[in-house]
Amino acid sequence: MRNTIVNLIYETAKNNPDIYFLTGDLGYSVIENFQKELPKQCLNLGIAEQNMMGVAAGLALEGKKVFVYSIVPFVTMRCFEQIRTDVVIHNLDVTIIGVGGGFAYGSLGPTHYAIEDIGIMRTLPNMKIISPADPFSATQLFKQALKNKGPCYIRLNRGGEPDFLPKTLKLEIGKGAVVKNGKSVCLIGTGRLMDTVLELADELEKKKISCEIIYMHTIKPIDKNLIFALSKTHKNIFTLEEHNIIGGLGSAVAEVLAETGYSGVFKRFGVFDIYPQKFGNQEYVRSLVGLSVKKVANIILKIYGK
Amino acid sequence: MERNKKNSLETIAKNIRLSILDMISNSGSSHIGAAFSIVDILTALYFKALKINPKNSNWEKRDRFILSKGHGGAALYAVLGHRGFFPKTDLIHYAENGSAMAGHIVKDSVPGMEITGGSLGHGLSLGLGMALALKRDKSFSKVFVLMGDGECNEGSVWEAAMVAKQFKLDNLIVIIDRNREQSLGSCENIMDMEPFMGKWKAFGWHCVETNGHDFEKLISAFKKTKNVKGKPSVIIANTTKGKGVSYMEQNPLAWHYKTPRGDLYLQAKKELS
Repeated sequence: MRNTIVNLIYETAKNNPDIYFLTGDLGYSVIENFQKELPKQCLNLGIAEQNMMGVAAGLALEGKKVFVYSIVPFVTMRCFEQIRTDVVIHNLDVTIIGVGGGFAYGSLGPTHYAIEDIGIMRTLPNMKIISPADPFSATQLFKQALKNKGPCYIRLNRGGEPDFLPKTLKLEIGKGAVVKNGKSVCLIGTGRLMDTVLELADELEKKKISCEIIYMHTIKPIDKNLIFALSKTHKNIFTLEEHNIIGGLGSAVAEVLAETGYSGVFKRFGVFDIYPQKFGNQEYVRSLVGLSVKKVANIILKIYGK
Repeated sequence: MERNKKNSLETIAKNIRLSILDMISNSGSSHIGAAFSIVDILTALYFKALKINPKNSNWEKRDRFILSKGHGGAALYAVLGHRGFFPKTDLIHYAENGSAMAGHIVKDSVPGMEITGGSLGHGLSLGLGMALALKRDKSFSKVFVLMGDGECNEGSVWEAAMVAKQFKLDNLIVIIDRNREQSLGSCENIMDMEPFMGKWKAFGWHCVETNGHDFEKLISAFKKTKNVKGKPSVIIANTTKGKGVSYMEQNPLAWHYKTPRGDLYLQAKKELS
């Protein structure tokens, strides 16, 4: 996804000298062409993220549209106060592109994981949070995000992922997309983990449990109307995310559900408030923390009484 | 500098200190010491050095000024008021209930206030971003950033210092309010940053040192940065926290925090008048 998004930024920057792309010395094999063709707009700010975010804000104060790119923890947590005080309090046109959501950098270890980012970014007023699942939907969402003039955070996986969601989905920032209708359970997912959500639905369907699948690509603003509607039509709602169950998509949905008087079953699947102690590729670490199709299906089947 | 001009700047600065005294006393605020140490620097900037238009605070050809040392905000509000960006009489609402002016600076709370600040170590990066944009846009505007010396404890300041040199931002000028005091005591005792100028030199900046309370020397320092090419400049302005009021100068730690009231208010008023 990162190549897709960076290329889109480059294409936009070609026609607009007020677009700036800042990287914290990352993006090998991703940004080279951008740097070569538009060296005044594609800038490497070095391994100094707090300054990078402040510079992004300074550029935006002068009317520029700025993208800031790095691996998720470095571009959200390292410089969180700069995001809050320089970007958000001034309500500036800065879009943060975080690479490596969840366990995308699996074998690199926990410093490069991101299971807290959605949680902290959600607490920032006016911050839009978009978590695309695949390159195709990322492109559609990004083109809309380009028109946004305030702070925005786009949480990507890595590069080279296949498109796997239906390309006919109607995607609109702020609105959850219904991938499939189903009556028995409702699965709400986000990000790259949508691949697991779809497989999970297949597994459950085999046991005659029909699944409604929601692609919640926008975590902030969360689609309250859709969740409210689902609270009326479904008695078993589950959220899935490659993020701590504290603070992310699950929490966002829970907040809405709790205020609707929903009395059905609700459970958040994600990282159960731990850091993994063993490492491997993304699939391995997901499974280790309980985010595999099999493990989630077993729990849902137990809940559903089958 | 002509004696007349110098006298008039000194009178302006004195009146600004009197406004600050009233603003802080009225609102029960802190940071009077910090505000007083930068009054002369701000006066020299806003009444002499900066290219600005008080009647058009967003004039695109203006120089940008960032008070990174946001807790000196009362001083900047007062200077903007006295310079004509808005009626001086509005200053009495500083940090009152319902005021757009908080204790620290808030963007657009008054015309001419470029940023919201108060968290130390942010302003230089903001100014750097502005300077970068202005250079790319081939503007002649400069960016001035006023920081505290204690503020230079923040690592982000040195990230910015490093990057400003890398990008050869000769339209970026930093002024350090070198009053040698920080929140809980003297800089020397808490975080000794000597060789202070040596650090900026090592980061590749053009360095000037001056007396932050002498208008002639301040303006001469600004002039020294005018023709520097290919690197940013820093003016280390030696100042006194609480400048202008004897008991504040003698006890800088307390007057970082306390509000002058009653007899102390009257004494300050007398000394400043």
